[in-house]
Amino acid sequence: MNHDTYPDNYIRGILNSVKSIAMVGASPVNVRPSYFAFKYLAERGYDMIPVNPGHVGKSLLGKPFVASLADIGRPIDMVDIFRNSSHIMPVVEEALRLSPLPKVIWMQLGARDDAAAAKAEAVGIKVVMNRCPKIEYGRLSSEISWMGVNSRTLSSKRAPMPTQGMRLSLNRMSVGGGETAASDRAAKNKTETT
Amino acid sequence: MTDRLPGFSTLAVHAGAQPDPTTGARATPIYQTTSFVFNDADHAASLFGLQSFGNIYTRIGNPTNAVLEERVAALEGGTAALAVASGHAAQVVVLQQLMKPGDEIVAARKLYGGSINQFTHAFKSFGWNVAWADPDEIESFERAVTPHTKAIFIESIANPSGSVTDIEAIAAVARKAGVPLIVDNTLATPYLIKPIDHGADIVVHSLTKFLGGHGNSLGGIIVDGGTFDWSKDNKYPMLSEPRPEYHGIKIQETFGNFAFAIACRVLGLRDLGPALSPFNAFMILTGIETLPLRMQKHCDNAKAVAEFLAGHPAVASVNYAGLPGDKYNNLARKYAPKGAGAVFTFSLKGGYDAGVNLVSNLRLFSHLANVGDTRSLVIHPASTTHSQLDDAAKVKSGAAPDVVRLSIGIEDKDDLIADLDQALGA
Ligand SMILES: Cc1ncc(COP(=O)(O)O)c(C=O)c1O
Repeated sequence: MNHDTYPDNYIRGILNSVKSIAMVGASPVNVRPSYFAFKYLAERGYDMIPVNPGHVGKSLLGKPFVASLADIGRPIDMVDIFRNSSHIMPVVEEALRLSPLPKVIWMQLGARDDAAAAKAEAVGIKVVMNRCPKIEYGRLSSEISWMGVNSRTLSSKRAPMPTQGMRLSLNRMSVGGGETAASDRAAKNKTETT
Repeated sequence: MTDRLPGFSTLAVHAGAQPDPTTGARATPIYQTTSFVFNDADHAASLFGLQSFGNIYTRIGNPTNAVLEERVAALEGGTAALAVASGHAAQVVVLQQLMKPGDEIVAARKLYGGSINQFTHAFKSFGWNVAWADPDEIESFERAVTPHTKAIFIESIANPSGSVTDIEAIAAVARKAGVPLIVDNTLATPYLIKPIDHGADIVVHSLTKFLGGHGNSLGGIIVDGGTFDWSKDNKYPMLSEPRPEYHGIKIQETFGNFAFAIACRVLGLRDLGPALSPFNAFMILTGIETLPLRMQKHCDNAKAVAEFLAGHPAVASVNYAGLPGDKYNNLARKYAPKGAGAVFTFSLKGGYDAGVNLVSNLRLFSHLANVGDTRSLVIHPASTTHSQLDDAAKVKSGAAPDVVRLSIGIEDKDDLIADLDQALGA
């Protein structure tokens, strides 16, 4: 997989197929990006599990924190890692010890570890790096258009009025294969400067 | 199924719009409302906390305006956009995210006269300093950059001169300086030039001109290219530092490559207040649906009129980048191959008085201070839009006393030429 740009169909396929998401590094602090994403994905009907050893005993929007992926005790479809790039590898290694394996490992906006991605892909796990599932879901459903964001999709069908817990259709027509020249360049500038 | 990429004209009609969720209305409804009800207290809190997508109050966002925003973002190839009340409002909101008192902006000397005033006087009172550079001499931009520089600002096609700017060369200066390049793309529109493809980080427009296109609604827009890393050093705290007005949210960390547009909305528009009326957004959106058709006709007419003027005995010179041999013809062919726009200047052998005479003898051209209307327009910049500048600055910005500016409309070109011919001969 080329991890600089993802075709919309790849992201769409993942968000349409996974049901349970373990979020590693989920924060109960309501201004942290992980809290935003956790809350949104729960509202869109995903079965969310917060993983953070620092908050065991507490819960996030009614879901109890667990200390590690192994503590979840049931199969999960996707591991969403809210950690810096330097902390990705141990989480991926932990995910690779799960049985059954998760289908997807997703690394948050700003996080990228190509070696860890290669390990996961070698055993058939799909990997997404440096993206936010909330933003991608909002984009492909066009819900993010309320914020003037370019969803890079079109549709001539009536838009849904999203309600709590409602899954939205992500099957809109894509513009530019899911990547504008601009965001390609941003990704490139970023790798050049770091 | 592989993703098929829709073309520019398809985006001009469809991007951002889809049938209304409740009524199925196919045209974008005018949501003429100040406010939007919350489902419950939790919904309200998550909207105010920026955790959910949705509407609160029209000063912060409005569904009609959102369609316009996504439409222009798509046409420019940006990640997001924010519509505001005017082109000038767009410029203030952009710079408020980047500048603090004592900071500097490097700006092209060839700008719309109103922008020169805004930068020189209004921004000075905010403690934002301007260093002017000459777009015909790229090194002058490099020389103007200091450690206090926060951005570079240019027009893609300059008003009133119609000269074409070497965006890529100036983008290289901006990249080296570690500051964003802001391009005012009003006169080109994304139909002719897409500045983000040439290295711009932020695009602004006066929607009042060709995008709206019918001379009936003021508006402005900011497009985020998604290309700039705001957190690289500590230069842009509005984007990289925890924001006290949102309990410590860091805008770039949370919103990624559309963080700049979000900052403009939730820190700029929210607090400065120049919101666009949803009615104006609707008028401008309707205009944009025909942008490709209109813009091509504007350009084709402009070229025909420029050729006519160039051969007229009363005309001293024509500055239209679309004419072979024009100083900017090479740049026009590189950046705007479909046409060099529809705003240009020419000078009359009879000087200032001949200019005044011409304006009063025209019957089809309207004498007014705007550009980018379906109607053809004429103005004498030295006595109007650029009258506040001294003579030297007038010349430098392309508005010398003998210069007349035209904005060519979409009428029949033969009628425009006949009108100019009779007025020049009168
Ligand atoms: C190139 C350019 N930029 C900005 C503006 C300002 O736009 P507005 O009048 O919508 O504030 C104008 C208006 O003439 C313009 O021509």
